[in-house]
Amino acid sequence: MSEFRAPEERLISFRRRAFIAGIVVLAICLLLGARLWHLQVEKYEELHSRAEGNRIAVLPVPPRRGEISDRHGQVLARNYSAWTVEVSPAQVKNVTDTLDALAEVLPFDERDRKRFYRLLQEYKYFDSIPVRAHLTDEEVAAVAARMYRMPGVEVRARLFRDYPQEESAAHVVGYIGRINERDQQRIEEHGDTANYRGSEYIGKSGIELSYERDLHGTTGVEQIEVNASGRAVRLLSRIPAVDGNDLELTLDMGLQRVAEEAFGERRGAVVAIEPESGEVLALVSMPGFDPNLFIDGISVVDWSALRDSPDHPLLNRAIYSVYPPGSIYKPFMALAGLASGARTPEQRFNRQGLFVLGQQRLVDRKSNCQNGVDLVRSLTYSCNTYYYELAHEMGIQAIADFMRPFSFGSRTDIDIPGEAAGILPSPEWKRQRFKTPEHQQWYGGETLSAAIGQGYNAYTPLQMAHALAVMLNGGVAHQPHLVRNIIDGSSGEIRQPQRPQPERIELDPEHIETIKHGMVQVSKVGTASRVFADAPYEVGSKTGTAQVFSLQGQKYVAEEVEERLRDHSWFLGFAPADKPRIALAVLVENGGFGSQAAAPLARLLFDYYLRNEVDAATAEREPEQ
Amino acid sequence: MSGFRFRPFEWGASAIRVLDPALFFLLLLLLGYAWVLMASASPERLPTLRMHMLVGIGAMWVFAAIPTKRLLQVAPPFYALGLLLLLGVFLFGESSKGAQRWLDLGVMRIQPSELMKISVPLMMAWYFQHRSDSIRALDFIAASLLFVIPLAFILAQPDLGTSLLVASAGVYVLFFAGLSWKLIGPVVVAGLVGIVALVGFGDQLCQPEVDWQVLRDYQKQRVCTLLDPYQDPLGRGFHTIQAAIAIGSGGMWGKGWMDGTQTHLAFIPERHTDFIFAVLGEEFGLVGGITLLALYLLFVWRGLYIAARAPLLGVRLFAGALAMMVFTYVFVNIGMVTGLLPVVGAPLPFLSYGGTALVTLCIGTGMLMSAARSRSSLKN
Repeated sequence: MSEFRAPEERLISFRRRAFIAGIVVLAICLLLGARLWHLQVEKYEELHSRAEGNRIAVLPVPPRRGEISDRHGQVLARNYSAWTVEVSPAQVKNVTDTLDALAEVLPFDERDRKRFYRLLQEYKYFDSIPVRAHLTDEEVAAVAARMYRMPGVEVRARLFRDYPQEESAAHVVGYIGRINERDQQRIEEHGDTANYRGSEYIGKSGIELSYERDLHGTTGVEQIEVNASGRAVRLLSRIPAVDGNDLELTLDMGLQRVAEEAFGERRGAVVAIEPESGEVLALVSMPGFDPNLFIDGISVVDWSALRDSPDHPLLNRAIYSVYPPGSIYKPFMALAGLASGARTPEQRFNRQGLFVLGQQRLVDRKSNCQNGVDLVRSLTYSCNTYYYELAHEMGIQAIADFMRPFSFGSRTDIDIPGEAAGILPSPEWKRQRFKTPEHQQWYGGETLSAAIGQGYNAYTPLQMAHALAVMLNGGVAHQPHLVRNIIDGSSGEIRQPQRPQPERIELDPEHIETIKHGMVQVSKVGTASRVFADAPYEVGSKTGTAQVFSLQGQKYVAEEVEERLRDHSWFLGFAPADKPRIALAVLVENGGFGSQAAAPLARLLFDYYLRNEVDAATAEREPEQ
Repeated sequence: MSGFRFRPFEWGASAIRVLDPALFFLLLLLLGYAWVLMASASPERLPTLRMHMLVGIGAMWVFAAIPTKRLLQVAPPFYALGLLLLLGVFLFGESSKGAQRWLDLGVMRIQPSELMKISVPLMMAWYFQHRSDSIRALDFIAASLLFVIPLAFILAQPDLGTSLLVASAGVYVLFFAGLSWKLIGPVVVAGLVGIVALVGFGDQLCQPEVDWQVLRDYQKQRVCTLLDPYQDPLGRGFHTIQAAIAIGSGGMWGKGWMDGTQTHLAFIPERHTDFIFAVLGEEFGLVGGITLLALYLLFVWRGLYIAARAPLLGVRLFAGALAMMVFTYVFVNIGMVTGLLPVVGAPLPFLSYGGTALVTLCIGTGMLMSAARSRSSLKN
C-alpha cells in the first residue's frame, strides 16, 4: 500500500503509472490498427465484393395485416392490393428533379408532393416512399416504360387497408394510420424495431390498436443482390413473413346496424352483452365516422369537420361518455336493499309517496306510488320515495361498497382502449375530488339523489349493460369483450384471447329473481308497457331519465326546453326473461323520458335479435286466421 | 492597479498563451477530420456543426484560462449538484426510448449523467488532494464510494455506455493515485477470463433461457449479437454487419471522399453519429483510420505528459483521468464499429455529431490546457 509517501516519491510513482498507461494506450491502438488491418486488408476481397459488385440489401418483407370480421363472418377490416409508385430517396441524387421527371409521366397533384416531402422527413430507414397510390393499369405501364431513365423510382404492389362497413362499428374497429414519431418510440420501447422495419402503418384506435400485436404479424427478411444503381438483380435468401392473425369479433353486425339505423340523426349509444359469456353483441356510438379517412392521413377539411362538429362523432359514447343513470340505477339499488337485508320483497310502505329528511319533504306524486308500495311495485312504477328511504337506512358507504364489484366507478377492462371509469359517489370519492373542507363533506341529501341515479353518479352505457349482465349471470362477472376468436395467420389455428378468471359477486339467486320479476313487470304494466305490451317474448326492463339541466323550481316541459338541454333517455333491459340471451343499455342523448326514445329503440333490437322467437310466434298466430 | 488601458496586443498575447500549442494543434486536426467526414456523411448538418465547433473552441478557451486549482475548489458543490440531478432523474425523470435519462427543467432537458463524466474524476481528484498529506488504504475506499454512488444511479436508468465511462473515470483516478497492484492484477485477470469464456462458450450463454443476472436483457442481446451478428440481420446485427462491410470495402486507400457507396446508399446506420468511423474506413481506408488513431494517440499522450508534469497531486490525477477517458471513448467506439465490442452508445470523440458531447470534450481539452499551465504559473 502506498501510505505515508513523500511528495517526490508520489510524483515518481505517478509518472511510472502514467508511463504504463501510455504503453497500454499504445497497445490498444495497435490492437485497433490490427483489427482494421484484418478488415481492410485480409478480408478486403470478401467485404469489398459484398459492398461493391454484389451489394446485398437486407430488405424487410412486411406481413399481411390480419383481417377483422364479426361473429357471422361479415368483414369489418380487410386488405386489398394496389399499385403505387415509390421513390427510394437514398438512390436518388436530387429528389425534386426526380419528382419533376415523374410528374411528366404520371400526373400527381400538389397534395401528393407535399405529403411526399413530409414522409421524406419522417422516414429514417432505408426504404422507399410512396408518391401516389392506386395507379391504373395504363399508368403502371406508362411509368414502367420510362423507369430505366429514373433510378430510384419503382412501381410496387402494396397492400392497403379498407373498412367496407364505413361508419358502421367504426368506434369498435378503430383505424390504422402511418407510424409517427410517438408510435416509433412505443415500438422501440417494446423492442419491436426489427419487426416494424418495413411497416408503414400501425393501429391507432379501437381493435386495430388494442390487438396490434396480433394483427401486425412478423416481418420477414429478404436478402437481395443489388446492382450499382441499386436495382434488385437476384433474390439470395428469404425468410417469409408470418401473416397477422385474423380476428373474429363478438359483434353481430345485423344487430349493430339495426341500432345505428334506428338512431337516425340522434346522438347516443347502445351496448348489448350476452350475459352468459360477456360477449359484446353490439357497441354503438352515434354519430359515427368513416375510418377509411384516417388511413393515409386525414385531410384538413375532413379533420376539422369531424373535430368541430357539435355532435363529436369521434367520441366513443358507449365507453367514454358518462351520464347519470337516472332510474335505471334502481334495480341495482333494490338488489342492494335485498342483499344487505334492509328490505324484503314483502315489505310494503303506505306513506302517500312522501319522505321527510329534516326539513326536506320529498314527494312522489305518481298515483301508483302512494300506497302498498313493495319492492316490485317500486320498480314497476319507478317510485322515488321507496329508494330515498332505503338509501337513508343503508347509508352511502354501504351502497358504494355493494355497487363497486359491478364495475360502477371503475373500468370494465373491455378490450378496446379509451374507457372511462365513471363516478361511484362515496364520502371517500368526495374527499379526493374536492379541495375545500365544506365541499369535501358528504351531505345526507346527496345520498338521496344518489339513490335514484342522479347526483354525482355518472356511468358509461357499457358499465350499465355490464352491471346488468353480471346480475343476470348470477353475479359471475365476465370481462366484457369484443374479440371472440383469434385465427392464427400461419397455421389457421383458432384460439380464444386470454382473459382473467371472472370475478364472482356473492348474490342470492332468489334476490335476483325478485329484481328480474320487478323488471318484467315494468314491461308488462309499468313505464315501458306501451312499448312491450305486444312483444312475443318476455322482456325485463327499466327506463330512466338523466337530467342534463336543472330548472330551478320550474316544471319540466320537454317542448319548451332547447333540444340540447333536454334530458337524456335511458333504457336498461334483457330478454327473454326466463333465460336472458341479451342484456341491453340504450342511451339517447336529449331524448327526453326513457319510455319515449330509448325504449322503442330497444324494442327494435330485441325484435331483431330474438327474430326466431318472433317468427315462431307469428307462425303460431297465422294458422288461426 | 494602474487604471484601464487599451492594450489589444498584450491581451491577445496573453489569451493565446493560455493555450497549449500541441493540444490545440491536435484538436484543430481532429475537428478538420470531423468537418471532412460530415461533409460526406450528412452535409446538411454542416452549418450546425460549425456552430458546435465555434462554441466548443470558445468554451475550451474559457476553461483553459481558469486555473486548475480553482476548478478543484468547486469540485464538491459541482459534484453534489450532479448527484442531486441524478436523484431527480431517478425520481421524476423523463423516459425516452425505454430509458430514463433526461431531466426536464422547464427551460431545457438535461442529461445529468453527462455532467458526471467530468465531475466524478474532478471530485475524486479533489478528495485525494485534500488528503494528500497522508493517503491511507481507507482513502481509496472512500474515494471509490464517490464514483460508485452515482454509478448505481446511472446503471438504474439504465445506461450501460455512460456507466462504463463513469466507472472507468473512477478507476483511472484510483490507479493514478497509487492503488495497489495486488488489487489491480486480479481484476485484469478476471476480465480476461470473462472475455475468453464469452468467446469460447458464447453459444451456450446466449440461449434465451439463460439469465445473466447483472446485465439487462437488451444488454445481453448486444453482447450476443457481437458474437454472431447474422442471428438477427434486420435488428441488432444489422449495424455490426453493415459497418464491417463498409470498413472492409474501403481497403488500404479507401474509395475516396464522397465516394463511399455504403455510406451514400444509407446502409450505415447512424452514420453521422456513433458509426461515423465506418464512413472514415470506407472513404479513407486503412491509411485514414491509422492516421486518426495516431492523432488520438498523440492527443492522449500529450494529456498524460501534462499530467505527469503538474505539481499538484489533484491536478495530476484529474488530468491523467481526463486523458484516459478520451481514449476510453476512442476504444469503445472504434471497437464497437469494427465489431470488437458490443454496440453501446458511445460517440467517437470530436468526430461524432452531437453538440453536448463536442462541447464537453472541448471543455475537457481546455481543462488539460489549464493543467499544462499550472507548472509555469507555479514557477512565476
